Amino acid sequence: MVTRVGIEVSIAVAEAVKLANADVIAAYPITPQTHIVEHLAELVADGELDAEYIPVESEHSAMSACLGSAAAGARTFTATASQGLALMNEVVYVAAPMRLPIVMVVANRSLSAPLSIWPDHSDMMSVRDTGWIQIIVENGQQAVDNTIIAFRIAEDQKVLLPVMIHQDGFTLTHVIEPIIFPAQEAVDKYLPKNRFPLPLNPDRPVAMGEFAPPFIFTETKWAQEVALQNSKKVIIKAWDEFAKAFGRKYMPVEKYHSEGAKVLIMTMGSAGETASVAIDELRKEGMDVGQIRLRLWRPFPFQELREAVKDAEVLIMMDRALSYGGPGGPVASEVKAALYNQTKRPKIVSYVISLGGRDTTVSGFKDIVKQGIEIADKGSKNEYEIYGVRE
Amino acid sequence: MAKSENELTWKDLEIGCIVEAPGSARKYESGTWRSQRPTYDFTRCIKCGLCALYCPEGCIEQNKDGHFEADLYYCKGCGICARECPTRVIKMVEEVE
Amino acid sequence: MEKYAIYVPRLVNKEEKFAPGHRACIGCGEALAIRQAFKAMDKNVIVVNATGCAEIFTSQLPNTSWELPWIHTLFENTAAVASGVEAAYKAMRRKGAKLPENTKVVAIGGDGATSDIGIQAISGAMERGHDFTYICFDNEAYMNTGVQRSSSTPFGATTTTSPSGKKSFGQVTWKKNMPEIAAAHNIPYVATATHGYPFDLMEKVRKAVNTPGPAYVHILSVCPTGWGSATDTINRQARLAVQTGIFPLYEVENGVYKMSIDLPRLRPVADYLKIQRRFRHLSDDVIAQIQKRVKQEYQKLLEKVNVTKRTKSKS
Repeated sequence: MVTRVGIEVSIAVAEAVKLANADVIAAYPITPQTHIVEHLAELVADGELDAEYIPVESEHSAMSACLGSAAAGARTFTATASQGLALMNEVVYVAAPMRLPIVMVVANRSLSAPLSIWPDHSDMMSVRDTGWIQIIVENGQQAVDNTIIAFRIAEDQKVLLPVMIHQDGFTLTHVIEPIIFPAQEAVDKYLPKNRFPLPLNPDRPVAMGEFAPPFIFTETKWAQEVALQNSKKVIIKAWDEFAKAFGRKYMPVEKYHSEGAKVLIMTMGSAGETASVAIDELRKEGMDVGQIRLRLWRPFPFQELREAVKDAEVLIMMDRALSYGGPGGPVASEVKAALYNQTKRPKIVSYVISLGGRDTTVSGFKDIVKQGIEIADKGSKNEYEIYGVRE
Repeated sequence: MAKSENELTWKDLEIGCIVEAPGSARKYESGTWRSQRPTYDFTRCIKCGLCALYCPEGCIEQNKDGHFEADLYYCKGCGICARECPTRVIKMVEEVE
Repeated sequence: MEKYAIYVPRLVNKEEKFAPGHRACIGCGEALAIRQAFKAMDKNVIVVNATGCAEIFTSQLPNTSWELPWIHTLFENTAAVASGVEAAYKAMRRKGAKLPENTKVVAIGGDGATSDIGIQAISGAMERGHDFTYICFDNEAYMNTGVQRSSSTPFGATTTTSPSGKKSFGQVTWKKNMPEIAAAHNIPYVATATHGYPFDLMEKVRKAVNTPGPAYVHILSVCPTGWGSATDTINRQARLAVQTGIFPLYEVENGVYKMSIDLPRLRPVADYLKIQRRFRHLSDDVIAQIQKRVKQEYQKLLEKVNVTKRTKSKS
């Protein structure tokens, strides 16, 4: 039975993990991920989810236990944020080349120092090159849906890669939203049983994680890269079939009044909804402005992005992370690279906004669009703009 | 494997570089490392098998007469068997080219 | 025990779970100890291997020395990976998956992976009570990277990062007592062993693997390369480590301490130290310090044995 309830997004995500019938959850508490793992512990304690909950002694061990669990063939989940993701970084790198289909929810939070428990995308960017599939969501419904979808993508025999679902800490994890929960039977139908092809099993001994001398190392890395590139097709198919079964559709690059618009803003994550309100108001004021939202960060959807911005003259990028001493926000930098060789391409203005939980309001986004258009026209002395910093 | 190891392409690798052939390192000839080799006076051998138990390579097995003898394809010539043999069956001698 | 006028082939499992053709150094005590340890097990074992000598000399794409399911991921996380494998089997079995019966998880690592970088993960896995065995193959330094000191390196040993020099006699700290740290977790089984006493080693490994809950076996594994000693004498060195009291063989079973070998009197530590290059520079003063400490530690251990004996007889 489909149910629609008002519920905190973290609790809803834990319920999604229950719907996915995970076998093993290994987690270490960190704000703002705690409500997810607390509720999972509760579900296991109450016998509502038949799983092993491993209350590990660190995030490093959380991801390590996940490697072991996934290698044994169990459906495996963990969640973390910020310093936790940074601490497990070494282990995060191992999951993808070993092709272990782990699902991890990251409650995006800034990285120390100074300590901040509030959201931005600095943690998410720190694992950009780990070979995981990275999906970012904007609201509770997307978080729930994509947690279920993530298992299907990760465990698909053509993929077998770990998946991260990014959701901004507090602004998403700790808010109460109306969520539609799909029926268990429908989820079971959408999400087949996990069948890892060569699990650790005494009946059929395999060796996993061997070392590679130079004569074969490049081949191992190329195999990994091809797998990640090819996963895009499966991701899109998983989203399409989810839409067929449940009526909600996701795409690598999602558009909002962007068709034909001369000015586009591009967002990623929970700020996207606020930005959409700003777009509505600007359009009412008569401005030809639209929005695109990046849903899939890795593998990066080059084709979809190029298609989405092909008619725009100005593209204003919003990043919630800083690549220090570099070209600005990591997303802007990626987008510039994706468009550089195109014969027709928009002018790109790069903004870094909302670091460490500072809100960018509707009027803020409107302000950015207006400033951005001016910068596109007249140029700027800066490589990128940082919005709202007090001089 | 028909191909030599240096010819393997990325497509030849199993998913996640998993190795499906247990014990396949057997094909590696570690005996080429050897600078001394065991020689035997089996008349003294009591077939106790201690040499086999103490061999780091695990390359000592009973031959057709029941005597314990190292497989020189693997034997690295450490000399442990000679040292541990209670009846001094084994003597290490220099390998000569 | 260890009276070897017995016919070994009749007693020891002939099946090798660890194939020849591995790339361990000539006379490697760790390779030997691994062979012996896995002979004591059946084929129902999943091996989780920390980065280190054993991982490198048994695994090189596209081949493997292992006849058992085996996984290596990183250096310090082996006990955590083992936790995950154990939990996965528990959950999947409960949920009706067809899996081989009585599967055992055995984590192995060197002294660096155990006493230093991996100690947190080991402590966590022991505290959580996973049903697994952790075996430390202790060769008393980071041998894989070129003989750097670890917290398991003995006092006085010269290594590449605790070199003896004009102002130093080498390692200035006493060896971390990892078996006692394991025992402090109140796990059901802790033991020490060495390849110099293979039957004792195999018996302890068998016990450890068949103990429900966490078990820890600490195996002294002589490294002729790192210790600077003759390759054919590794078992003699291992036995001297025991006979001098430097590395006592004992078990802690459900908190009860038991010595594994009767030593009416300890041999002088010099007998052990003088056959290894890593100790050759030591002055009589330093050797005397080591002798004093070894006696003290051995006495402390005997007291633990006696205390548990007394408690047992009272109850």
